[in-house]
This record gives sequence, C-alpha cells and structure tokens, in this order.
Amino acid sequence: MTIEELDQIAESVRAENAKFDHEINVCMGTGCLSQHSDKLKDALVKAVQEKGKNAFVRRTGCMGLCAAGPLVLVDPEETLYQHVDASHAEALAASLGSEPLAALQCDLREHFDQQVHVVLENSGHIDPERIDDYIAHDGYQALIKVLTEMTPKDVIQQITESGLRGRGGGGYPTGLKWGTVAKAGGDLKYVICNGDEGDPGAFMDRSVLESDPQRVLEGMAIAAYAVGASKGYVYVRAEYPLAVSRLTACLRDARRRGLLGNNVCNTPFSFDVEIRLGAGAFVCGEETALIQSIEGKRGTPKPRPPYPAVSGLWGKPTLINNVETFANIAPIIRKGGKWFASVGTEKSKGTKVFAITGKITNTGLVEVPMGMSLRQIIEGIGGGVPDGHKFKAVQTGGPSGGCIPDELLDLQVSYESLIQAGSMMGSGGMIVMDDTSCMVNVARFFIEFCMTESCGKCIPCRAGTAQMFTLLTRICKGQGTMDDLDLLVSLCATVKEASLCGLGQTAPNPVLSTLRYFKNEYIEHIVHKRCPAGVCNIEASEVVEASVEVLV
Amino acid sequence: MPAFTPPPLPSDDKRWKIVNGTMRKNGFARYALIETLHTVQSSFGYLDDDSIRFVANSLRVPLSQAYGVATFYHYFSLKPPGKHTMTICTGTACYIKGTAKLVAAAEKRLAIPQGETTKDGKISLMTARCVGACGRAPVVLTDGELRGQMTGEQMLEQLERWAVE
Repeated sequence: MTIEELDQIAESVRAENAKFDHEINVCMGTGCLSQHSDKLKDALVKAVQEKGKNAFVRRTGCMGLCAAGPLVLVDPEETLYQHVDASHAEALAASLGSEPLAALQCDLREHFDQQVHVVLENSGHIDPERIDDYIAHDGYQALIKVLTEMTPKDVIQQITESGLRGRGGGGYPTGLKWGTVAKAGGDLKYVICNGDEGDPGAFMDRSVLESDPQRVLEGMAIAAYAVGASKGYVYVRAEYPLAVSRLTACLRDARRRGLLGNNVCNTPFSFDVEIRLGAGAFVCGEETALIQSIEGKRGTPKPRPPYPAVSGLWGKPTLINNVETFANIAPIIRKGGKWFASVGTEKSKGTKVFAITGKITNTGLVEVPMGMSLRQIIEGIGGGVPDGHKFKAVQTGGPSGGCIPDELLDLQVSYESLIQAGSMMGSGGMIVMDDTSCMVNVARFFIEFCMTESCGKCIPCRAGTAQMFTLLTRICKGQGTMDDLDLLVSLCATVKEASLCGLGQTAPNPVLSTLRYFKNEYIEHIVHKRCPAGVCNIEASEVVEASVEVLV
Repeated sequence: MPAFTPPPLPSDDKRWKIVNGTMRKNGFARYALIETLHTVQSSFGYLDDDSIRFVANSLRVPLSQAYGVATFYHYFSLKPPGKHTMTICTGTACYIKGTAKLVAAAEKRLAIPQGETTKDGKISLMTARCVGACGRAPVVLTDGELRGQMTGEQMLEQLERWAVE
C-alpha cells in the first residue's frame, strides 16, 4: 500500500458516496443498540427503497448523546433526529429532500457547538467495520507518512512537541514514555493498548473502540514503529462484546489491506496485533497488573522500577498506552505536534473525552479542549441537573477520584487543577450528583468498590479499605462517633502512603474529598443521626445499635 | 526432551474440542490460561473442577495457579448459571440512578441474595461492575441483552415472565 493507493481507495469511496443525495447515519453503539437501532436501520433501508429515495443508510458508531438515543444523522443537511424507532422509518424516509421531521428533531446546538472533536472526529460519521470508510477520512495517511518519510526519532519528536499526556489517568508525557522504550535495548519489544476501562461510570474507551477502532490500530502501529516493537496487544474488557467483535473485524481488514502484518506497506517494518480479553478485574487497568494478566496470571501489580518501558511483558521493553492516547496519535502526525499543542492549557494539551452521566440532562460522551471549566461542561454542554433538583457535586476520576462541590465549578479542567481540588483526571468519567445523593453513602460506595477490587497483595490496601468500609457503614447507620472521623483520616493516610499500586494509593480520595467539602453531612449522620439526602436508613438500624450495647 | 502430549479430552462432548482448539491455537502455551478459561465459560456456562483440572494439565500450569486465576477474576463463574440470568449493573452511574433499589427488589422477589440461583434453577441474579452503558443508567442485562433506563416494575415483569415459563 502506498499513499497513492490509499488516495485511490479514498477517492472511490467518496465517489460512491457522492452518488447518493442523502446519507442516513444510524448510531449503532452499545447505548443505541440496546434500543434496537439495528432494527431501525433495517427499517430505514426498506423505507428508503419503498419511497424510491436516493439515499444510503450507514451503520455508525456512537454520536455521543446517549440520553437521546437512538440517534439518526441525515447528511448533507446535518439534521439530527433523536428517540427514533423503527415505526418512524417511513416518515423519516419520506421527509428526505423536503422539510425535516420537526417532532423528532434534536436541536442541541449548545451541546455540540462547544465541543472540539479530535478523538471523536469520525465517530458517528463512518462505518466502524468498513476500513475503506476510515481510509476515506484520512485513515492510515499518518502511518504511511511515518513509514516512508520519518525516522523513529522524528516521530517521537512530534509526539513530544505535541505535549500529549497519557489519557488513562496518570498523565505521564507520552513522548517521554515512547523515548524510554525506544532507548531500551533488545530486539523484541511490545506495544500494549490498555482498554481495560474498569472505572464504573466511564465509557470513553468502549465508545472509541466501537466507533473508530482503526484509529486505535493506526496509533499502535505508529507507536510500534517509533519504539521498535513488532508485536502488539489490545487488552479489552470481556464486558464489551461489541468492541471486541468490531476490533476483531478491523484486525482482519487491516491485515488484508497490508496495513498490519509482515512488511507493512512494503517497508521493512512488521507489526501485528492480538486481542486479549480481560476477565473483570479493576486492578488490571494498572499497567504491571495488566501485563501479568496478558501472561495468563492473576492480575497483581508489581513494584516499579523496573518500569514496563524497561522490563514489561515477558521481561521485554513494553510500551503501554491507553485507548484514547493511541487515538490521538494519527491526527498529531497528520497535522503536526505544534497544532495539537495549540489546543488546551499550558501543561495539559489537546482535548479530552469525558463520559458525563448521573443526574444530568444530556448524558453521553463529549470531547472538549483542556482548560474548559467544569461549569461549562456540566451546565452548558451537559444541560445541567434535570427535574428542578440542585447540583451537589461532580465526581471525576472514577473510584480513585474525588467529589468536587458547587463552589469549585469554575475550575478549569486540567491534570493539575483536578489534583489540586483533591480529585484527578482519571480516564474521564464525570458523574453528576444532585441533592438526592448522600455524600457519605457515595464515599462508602467507592470504598466498597475498592475493597472488593483490591487484589490482596499488600496489606494497607487489602485491610485498610475493609476497615474504612466498616467505619463508613457505621456512620451511614447513624452509629458513628466523631472519633471515627479522625480514625478515617489516619487510615486514609496509611493506605495512601503505604500501598503498592495506584488502586490503593488513590482509594482514599473519595473519602478525603467528601470529608473536605461535605464534612457537615458526616456530622449530620454522627451527631444528629439523620441523613440530609434521605438515602441512609438510620431509623431502622438504631434497634441494632441498642442490641449491640446489651451484648457489650 | 520428549514432545509434550496434551491429556485426552475428558469426554466425547463436542465442547471440549472447542476448548482444545483455543489451546492448540496458542500452541498450548501457559499464557493461554485466561483465554482458554474464557472459552470454557462460553462453551459450558461456568468453570467446574473437571474443566479447570483439564485446562491446567493441558497447559502444564499448576492446578493451584489455574484455580487462583479462575477465582481471582470476577468474570469467571464457578457455579452453573440458571436457565435465565438477570444481571444488574451496580456501576457508579447506575448507583446514582438508584440501582440499589433494583437489587433489593429482585432479591426480595426471588428470595435469594445476589450471586445466587433460584432453587428450581430457573433464574440467576447477578450484579456487574459497570457494563459501560452509563448513558442509559440504570442498566440491566437480561440473558446478556442490555436494557437501559430500567424501572423496578419492568424488571419484576421480566422476572415474572421467566418464573412462569
């Protein structure tokens, strides 16, 4: 495959598309599929035929606005329809070329106009299982450019210049990581794509893998060329069957086109990718645990150093990046590191995809430039808290993140600012809570998660989270004392300082951040034996307390 | 060193051939343990002692390690599933949208705690840590099929349909 051949494919796809007056894009991500958008697509194909319209119906990936699914986008008019089902197909087909169906139209300019799509640029516009669709949208241009015009050093230089940082949560500079692996000795190296998106409430990686999987493969291939690797693994959660099947189809197509495998595009570079399924362990998102899991073992983390960049999979130098990080690579190579660095803040460059969920009007996926304020994301793009309730907090960073209160909503989103606020960027889940959520109960929920997901290797995490869970349960039942709060804080410090991996080190964050911003709720539970949000069942448990005293 | 001969299949059951296929594809390498257990679970529905022993022997992995892996990962089940499975997502977004009430209602209706199967073997009640469809929270999986914005009534209706089958 050469650039010319690539252009030829792109040209023929565009010519094919130009034959049609309209393109009907039907969202077939997990969210819309759960509302039978597959049947909707079939109905649309039939309706278009019956009405004799010159239109093409395309399966696409996620369009972002999961709350309003199933979504249909009609091009070139750019009309977006929401809550469409198979019964609307005829009316929709009939409306092509004339006035759009007002009843189904989704007019959320504010939601879309404030977003900047880099990672999601193709999501909702291409058929994720047709490689030619991806090629028609500049796909694989970057890989061929890299293989034919750039040295590995040039590639790393561009990535460093872009200021891209790991999107899995750590925020480690990607260029620096690549440079370390490239410098490591040995002729066998690995590239791993971390798609073990274990954070409950986050689904960015699932969506990218479902909507634009070729982009991730292209990013991995470029990385492999830059660091000198010849073998790659994509580690995906088994809970994401659609992502796995689309990825499998993509691997097959990329191999057929000669974009993966031996002598990629007739150059000396060879690279192939295998899929490895996760099996439901949150800790496997940690890179050393993930490596153990690929080796077929229990996913327990290892002390670092040695870092995977030096000694990773089977003791070989290994580059591990997150799905979203790899998805950023191709545009950086195509448009240059400087272009990427022009978006975002001083230390956090580019855009970030967030999954906004919980008590929010427009739940779904958004991509915004770094540095946008939380208020703009939640109240502007997200449409605020529905049903007249009052915003209470937004939880970022998954179970290891923290809860950010109302008074900090003007905070600009970046790696540093979120850590300063006692939370973290994490992989990009943003869960909005309103006045019906009890923050003590929320803290208890997250600690319970970390307790069950602790791999058990080191004691501070294994025993510490269990003790914290017991204390929080006591407080939720109205049986806590003010001394318990001090004990909680000191336990948090121990677990944070003495745990081996990220899971333990960050597990106390939800407790610490709720104690920092919502201490009054803890005090209400302890002193006044009441739950302000009415979530915790205090009355019922007072009986239990009495019987415990009798026993003592 | 003599060539390694994998042990014979435990029975004529065709599903063992599928399991063996996964191992052969990976050259009976030890790292194929998790892959193979995935195949066992998708073929048989769960992992029992015989299957774990067979896989461990075939891949020359100590039985303790194979058992360790099977129990470490939540996705693997060591108990046979019921005829139908109701999986309730208890991820954060679903939790905020009140999934705890769904779990409590299902436990009450089926009179079993989560993770168990009714005595007649008809329905298993499971919970999942986020299936990534948070935009549609609260979410349940009915026999693996994802259904969003679930209400207590809808879920109980489904359980009722299964119960009278």
